[in-house]
Amino acid sequence: MADVITYREAVAEGIAREMRRDPSVVCLGEDIGEAGGVFKTTAGLFKEFGRERVWDTPISEQAIVGAAMGAAMTGMRPVAEIMFSDFLACCWDYLANEIPKVRYMTGGQVTVPLVVRTANGGGLGFGAQHSQATENWALTVPGLKIAAPSTPADVIGMMAAAIRSDDPVVFFEHKGLLASKGVPPPPDHVVELGHAAVVREGGDVTLVALASMVPVALKAAERLVQEDIGVEVVDLRSLVPLDMATVLASLGRTSRLVTVEENPYQGGWGATLVSVVADEGFALLDAPVRRVAAECVPLPFADVLEEQVIPTVDKVVAAVRSLAAY
Amino acid sequence: MDTAELLASYEQMALIRRTEKAAHDLFLQGLVKGTTHLAAGHEAIAVGASAALRDDDYVFATYRGHHHAMARGATPEECLAELMSRATGLCKAKGGSMHLTKADANMLGSYAIVGAHLPMAVGAAWSARLRGTGQLAVAFFGDGATNIGSFHEALNLAAVWKLPVLFVCENNQYMEYTPIADVTAVPRPAADRAPAYGIPGEVVDGNDVVSVQEAVARLARRARAGDGPAVLEAETYRHFGHSRADPATYRPAEEVERWLKHDPLDIARGRLTEAGVPEEAVTAADERAQTVVRQAIEAAKSAPPPDPREAFTDVWADGGAAWRT
Repeated sequence: MADVITYREAVAEGIAREMRRDPSVVCLGEDIGEAGGVFKTTAGLFKEFGRERVWDTPISEQAIVGAAMGAAMTGMRPVAEIMFSDFLACCWDYLANEIPKVRYMTGGQVTVPLVVRTANGGGLGFGAQHSQATENWALTVPGLKIAAPSTPADVIGMMAAAIRSDDPVVFFEHKGLLASKGVPPPPDHVVELGHAAVVREGGDVTLVALASMVPVALKAAERLVQEDIGVEVVDLRSLVPLDMATVLASLGRTSRLVTVEENPYQGGWGATLVSVVADEGFALLDAPVRRVAAECVPLPFADVLEEQVIPTVDKVVAAVRSLAAY
Repeated sequence: MDTAELLASYEQMALIRRTEKAAHDLFLQGLVKGTTHLAAGHEAIAVGASAALRDDDYVFATYRGHHHAMARGATPEECLAELMSRATGLCKAKGGSMHLTKADANMLGSYAIVGAHLPMAVGAAWSARLRGTGQLAVAFFGDGATNIGSFHEALNLAAVWKLPVLFVCENNQYMEYTPIADVTAVPRPAADRAPAYGIPGEVVDGNDVVSVQEAVARLARRARAGDGPAVLEAETYRHFGHSRADPATYRPAEEVERWLKHDPLDIARGRLTEAGVPEEAVTAADERAQTVVRQAIEAAKSAPPPDPREAFTDVWADGGAAWRT
């Protein structure tokens, strides 16, 4: 294997590793076969595993996710692709009403070991219907696990955990990170869901970020060194399970919290995280909590407008600076 | 279907009819909360289809699904206990009337979002094909489901992938309170749509258990042989309203009368007489059904409520409900 791997290649590599070790893993989705996916995140799978394991579907999101559910209930481990996370709305019944509830409402009679992968997030000028960060949608529904890796190694490790999980997992692949590079992880690399990573240590302010907001937070932290502000960056990696223990431990060191979220401020994941901090970590805090999240408007098309809406390094720096001075 | 099978089917239908009547009465007595969608009148579809299926075939049903759970082996006691919120219920009292499930018999659930389970049945059929088991998947659904997107997505995908799945429409003439004909562009809501997906669409008398069994057996053979999915539209009628205490006054009296004379139990009884089965054997079957249901009601009534801690089990595969550290 090469010395570096892109996030994009890591998606296919993560799936391929699981398909090699477990014949019950099958893929389905729009254009994922010979075409390798519109984002090329399934490139090479069709060639290696063939049409009996990598299935092109019609543009039928309900059929894709519904069929994945039926297959998962009957002995397979399907990996379904929903091309853009905005399109989860087209099959939302399955993610809101069917998949997360069927185990519970049958008194534990059935298990749904499936992964719904989807290209998430903005910053690429795709406009209001192809740019949303929708991880907070899934967070509103008990019964779904939610993964959103920020590095190629985590893509591979978390893909392994997601596919091996006996619970349904929604796996958000960030479009803005697809070209990013990292060191390929060793064979059988597994990153269990629910384990946040402290990706930079610092003593003054904790930044909690997810997916493409992790590099934004790291850049902000680097810039704040000049101002002598020590920033600790926590990469949350998954929203369910939510690793509050790591967040609270970090707050024990810094006493100040900023969340960096690409989803809108209204209903964003940071609101849930912050409410737990208010309940259980209030005594740890020396300052109010700040949430740097997307503005509560649809995502605009032009770069100059999109920058207004999505969190940027400048916005994060400003939030941390004001908090450090509190 | 030989005579013994016909008699067994009759008894199964009688059991379902009496269970549904019990559910109705228990609801009116306040012992069943929430809602019920009773399948009295639909018995021949579940029992006839089940008689044509292998034990390991997959069945997916709707919120009007008591008959399908029972046709695949759920007992009246398990079903009534579930409706009455008892710990001994089929789903540990976590599902209720609309979600009866008997997964150990591959009856993989009753779903209360119209049409949602059709793609699931397609997925189960896909899985059966991938695993090479020769199993079939059957989705039972109402006429109202034929106007929702998942019906069309499911039929198309099943046809394109040529999967062993049957789509059985229980056309009881009313989507809820509105006649299906008033809201559907074609006369046969399911069967007329099938040709658009390149698959056969047949119509059968859904109140005749023998006709249903024969039609499902024929379409199942075809599907198992690799010839792909089929649609079967089984014509039937609800003996009760849509749900709860709906008196169904929107149905014309003469229509109700006509359909009640075309009762699946009467039709089966007529066939038994034709086949020379003595009246006493039929009466004995009725009495057995009556006894089983009477005992089921008493057992369900005396069963304990669920342990409150059960609210926090079965979210995840590890049995728990933890969402955070």
